[in-house]
Amino acid sequence: MAGGRVSTIAVLGMPNTGKSTLFNQLTGSHAHIGNWPGITVDLMQADVDLQGTPAQLVDLPGIYDLRGHSDDEAVVRRFLESTRLDLVVVVLNASQLDRQLRLALQVRQLGLPAVLLLNMADEAKRFGVTIDTTSLAEELAMPVVLLSAKYRRGLGEARHQMAKAIAKGLSQEGPGGSQAPVAHLDACLAEGDGALQRQIAQLMERSVTLPPQWRDRLTRRLDGVLLHPLLGLPLFFLVMALMFQAIYAIGVPLQEALGTLLDSFGQGVIAPLIRGLPAFAQGFLLEGVYQGIGTVSAFLPVIFLFFLAMGVVEDSGYLSRAAYLMDAFMERLGLDGRSFVLSLMGFGCNVPAIMGTRVMRDRGLRLLSMLIIPFSLCSARLNVFLFMASVFFAPRVGGLVIFGLYVMSFAAAIVTALLFKGRFSSNEPLVLELPPYRFPTLRQMFSRAWLEVRHFWFWSRRFIIFGVVAVWLLNNLPFGVEPASAQSFSGWIGRALMPVLGPLGINPKLAVALLFGFIAKEIVLGGLAVIYGQANPLALGHALALDVNWVQAVSFMLFTLLYTPCLSTVAVIRSESKSAKFTWFSVLWSLALAWGTSFGFYQLATALGWGSLVLH
Amino acid sequence: MRTPAHLADLAPGQSATIAAIEAHAGLRNRLEALGLSRGQRVQMLRRAWLAGPLHVRVGMTELMLRRADAARVGLEVGLDPWPVAA
Repeated sequence: MAGGRVSTIAVLGMPNTGKSTLFNQLTGSHAHIGNWPGITVDLMQADVDLQGTPAQLVDLPGIYDLRGHSDDEAVVRRFLESTRLDLVVVVLNASQLDRQLRLALQVRQLGLPAVLLLNMADEAKRFGVTIDTTSLAEELAMPVVLLSAKYRRGLGEARHQMAKAIAKGLSQEGPGGSQAPVAHLDACLAEGDGALQRQIAQLMERSVTLPPQWRDRLTRRLDGVLLHPLLGLPLFFLVMALMFQAIYAIGVPLQEALGTLLDSFGQGVIAPLIRGLPAFAQGFLLEGVYQGIGTVSAFLPVIFLFFLAMGVVEDSGYLSRAAYLMDAFMERLGLDGRSFVLSLMGFGCNVPAIMGTRVMRDRGLRLLSMLIIPFSLCSARLNVFLFMASVFFAPRVGGLVIFGLYVMSFAAAIVTALLFKGRFSSNEPLVLELPPYRFPTLRQMFSRAWLEVRHFWFWSRRFIIFGVVAVWLLNNLPFGVEPASAQSFSGWIGRALMPVLGPLGINPKLAVALLFGFIAKEIVLGGLAVIYGQANPLALGHALALDVNWVQAVSFMLFTLLYTPCLSTVAVIRSESKSAKFTWFSVLWSLALAWGTSFGFYQLATALGWGSLVLH
Repeated sequence: MRTPAHLADLAPGQSATIAAIEAHAGLRNRLEALGLSRGQRVQMLRRAWLAGPLHVRVGMTELMLRRADAARVGLEVGLDPWPVAA
């Protein structure tokens, strides 16, 4: 044995096989983002102890075919060609072996040591699929384990087989260490390609029994209603509307309670602790750092709920149906059903939605999708709007304003797609799986939402901390100025921006908030709190309402909705498009659209004399 | 009922056997990975309105695909030996 060497295991599987759930359960959710030479995308990895054998598990993107042409498929190929692996774990959906065995056969063709895990055994049983694992293991010459990651069955056996396969590899190991990376991957796969269909048919005949009739009555009946040509879309929008209603009905009170709690903690505990410090340092720590971070943390509950609901919609199989329902419309915009689904996910956070465009192969389609996703009203922007709406409008009108902003968000995406579909044209085929309806378990839902929130916090906290600190410093420097006054740095910047933003009704203070909103929309509220010197949301609201009228507020909201969402989004557009030119184009277009819309609204509303109307 | 020549023209409820995939390598790979390959039985479940996508079932998998792409899936012409009720 190579004493104490950490073995490397790659987890490979098709989409819709529950691979991520399985990965999380095998690793106990201790995964982190790993860096691999030659691989430009983030791969999750985790260190595990497999019955005494230390190993690192790497979660590869879900792919259909090792010879496929999507970006994800290229990533997996590059990974296999550049990494020494001790084991490949192939995850397949047990009820769809009739087509998925292809991936297992391709891995075998490459000569990689492999263990085959057949997930969703519960579903296979429900559908009447029976699998003779002993015979399948013999035919494929690799261990086969039937399991259900969702109900946590068969995981022990999977670990055992993985450990055994690694021990076997180590005992045969020469002085050179583990298996060399795969060479000539494409040629090797091409060689086996001709025989694939015949091999699959043979394996199916010998080891798998399919039901004589399709048994999933539930899916059939639900699809009859949910995919109904007339009722399908209205039902979908109704479900979405109810979902958003529920999220904010539960989330907003939680957010307010948490905000009050953090505020009193700051005043009652942190303020006395730092009393000995100079006034400037005290202000910096309490009003800059703590209040900025506090304002942002307060809305983590809404984000958690959002990801929880989105996860349920996605895992249940309804999101793929949305792609079916919307495709005819999206096709006319030069997009497809997937772009719509990704835009919906963008309502949580634009960053993962833009990363999700990797499933598209055609560059034109991918770029056009990346161009429209940033117009999705993400949770960070919603936070600003909820606050502004509550300050400037009565609850009933406020709800309408928020709804109007959602409509604007869709309209901006549609206008953008129509304007630029000629420039980013595509002819990508669209073939998507519609999985059977599933009920995610509570545990699955919560652990997933938790993971997403952690990921979100990881992404945004640097920007938030940097942003609030910068806002505070600009407000309080040069030394000795009245905070946020005309003499402070932020006063200068605000005034410098007036020739551009003045015609939109945006005053110097709001201009500074917008400037920092470029870093992240999470900073906008924290920034306003620092600029107006009011930490308490109620007091901040009063200060704001005294300073600007509702027409100015709506103009500010429109601008906030449409211009660049945050630096993270810009960074991810840059890394996914691999084009600085496209990234600039995306940023400048959104700024132009934001400016034009706000200008049009403010000038028109002012000309009509709406500014003096009192709506509260 | 007679089977049409292409998957795009199959009526809801109708089944047929795939004769050929007349597509470039990229699309053929994807179709085969999702189960649409020569010799497989395929059933049309529903067709969306306004020239929208098709919902089909092949083996144990249900798929949506666009009509233009389904037109590249050739069917064995002839009388459908196993008419299936929708």
